[in-house]
Amino acid sequence: MISTKPLKNIFITLIIYMVIITASFIFLFPLYYVAVIATNTNSSVFADVPPFSIGPNLVNNFLQLLHKVPIGIYFINSTAISVLSVATKVFFCTLTGFVLAKYKFKGRNLIFGLILFTLSTPKFLLLIPLFNMMIWLKWINTYLPLIVPSMADGLGIFLMTQIIEKSVPDALLDSARVDGFSEYQIAFRIGFPLARPGIAVLGTVAFIASWNDFMFALVMLPSRHMHTIPVAIASLMNTAEKDFSVMMMATGVAILPLILVFLFFSRQIISNLLAGSVKG
Amino acid sequence: MIRKKLKEKDVMPYVCLIPFMILFLTFFLIPIIYSLVLSFQKLGRGSTPPEFAGLQNYAFILTEDTYFWRSISATVFLLFMGTLLPHLFAFPLAIMLNNKSVKLKGVFKVLFFLPFMTNTVSAALIFQQLFSLNYGVINFLMGLMGLDKINWQGDPNVAPLFVAILVNWRYIGWNTILYFAGLQGIPKAYYEAADIDGASTFEKHLSITLPQLLPIIFFAVSLSIITGLQLFDEPFILSGQFAFMGGVKNSCLTVGYYIVWLAQKGLQQPRGAAVSWVLTLLIVSLTYINWIITRKLEGRTKERPNAN
Repeated sequence: MISTKPLKNIFITLIIYMVIITASFIFLFPLYYVAVIATNTNSSVFADVPPFSIGPNLVNNFLQLLHKVPIGIYFINSTAISVLSVATKVFFCTLTGFVLAKYKFKGRNLIFGLILFTLSTPKFLLLIPLFNMMIWLKWINTYLPLIVPSMADGLGIFLMTQIIEKSVPDALLDSARVDGFSEYQIAFRIGFPLARPGIAVLGTVAFIASWNDFMFALVMLPSRHMHTIPVAIASLMNTAEKDFSVMMMATGVAILPLILVFLFFSRQIISNLLAGSVKG
Repeated sequence: MIRKKLKEKDVMPYVCLIPFMILFLTFFLIPIIYSLVLSFQKLGRGSTPPEFAGLQNYAFILTEDTYFWRSISATVFLLFMGTLLPHLFAFPLAIMLNNKSVKLKGVFKVLFFLPFMTNTVSAALIFQQLFSLNYGVINFLMGLMGLDKINWQGDPNVAPLFVAILVNWRYIGWNTILYFAGLQGIPKAYYEAADIDGASTFEKHLSITLPQLLPIIFFAVSLSIITGLQLFDEPFILSGQFAFMGGVKNSCLTVGYYIVWLAQKGLQQPRGAAVSWVLTLLIVSLTYINWIITRKLEGRTKERPNAN
């Protein structure tokens, strides 16, 4: 006897796969197209039939990029800002989060309220005052405006508080006190190492945010030699003689590090980002 | 000895909070107060000190400033067509991805996540290329199907839609993964009970999935409201950056774009500050409305008698 149920199920599964694969294709194709343009000649971009497959011109385009654009400097700027921003943010947010999660003290709720207040404030409200402040401090065209104001990031502190509350057992801290550790030793020798899962979450989120940041980098780093990669690409788009292959090569340089990091750690990154957002 | 320890435990939190307090005061509280003050001022040329102008800046942007109202309409359009529309795609996609018979869920999750990882400037450049008037893949394919070319970037009626397409590309996958994570938290027993009652798939999603996911829907929609009202990168890149102020007829001038524009013009900064306060008010009130709606829906699903 043949029932119709399995047939119907197979049909439904087939449709689901078709939809999901189509969606994946739409998500992936623009990224694949970076590779297409970056490996073809600039003139093939203007052909009657646009290129659809990987071309032979990768090395040449890369040399062109090095020749026309100081991409090395931009790469160093982006990397330095991201690394310094992540390191300082992780340090201050972990310290603040540890104290908020593990100590009862007067004013704790007030501090927590302040943090929630910063979370609900749009970045555009801070743009003009911070811009003027940076001019006054003479920090324009330095890395500092992209590092210092976000060191005690509200979201980061909130995240670390939540995670440390769960992942650092109070009993361990108490036994360290009995062993004669000072409170500062407890924070740095026990709190920080035990907060590693949280540090990984915050580190990835902060790195993505800093590497991809455009608006603040655009406003705070107007000088050409201080551009980060996103700002550099944006200014390349503004030049009269656009070389699309070179621009796409630069885009590849901007995207590739994140995609590589992401493919290696995708499982952790996705679950971490969700832990930070859904459960937080 | 013990007394000394206790003391240190009481002092230590405050010492550790000093860096946070300094950073909070310097780079958050003072700037916000300064922004509020600035929004009530009129700046003078040269060394003339700023004057108190009352509500003049607010009155100007709300009644006379055509750029402001254009930016509001572009922003509201992009909020709905750019960041809220993805939810209509993401919800069914998440349910499909969560289907038992789908293998390689991890791989699909990675593919769905890639657009969100791509920085906005690169994504905008790629889309500009794909949707280019004469040499783009999209217009080429439309030509093959016998359709007319569309001037995605030059036509002020189409340009906001073009920006919205890019924003959809970036956020559909992200929202799908948010909902997918939420779906995995729903106990399987609920669906089994509904199966025994003979509920159809659609009924099951309406009576189990939707109410169970309400907290995540609220969270995801709130995020989309906040991002949607603050869109800057995509419209800025796709409509000519500082040179064109939102493209033809300012069709892509979002509120954020307008604020960045005004920030660069020394004397118009008070107007920029006023616009940024209006934007803040808009974000807070829309998030609040979203919260009210979610609570109403939660109440309704609770009132409904149990499926059993």
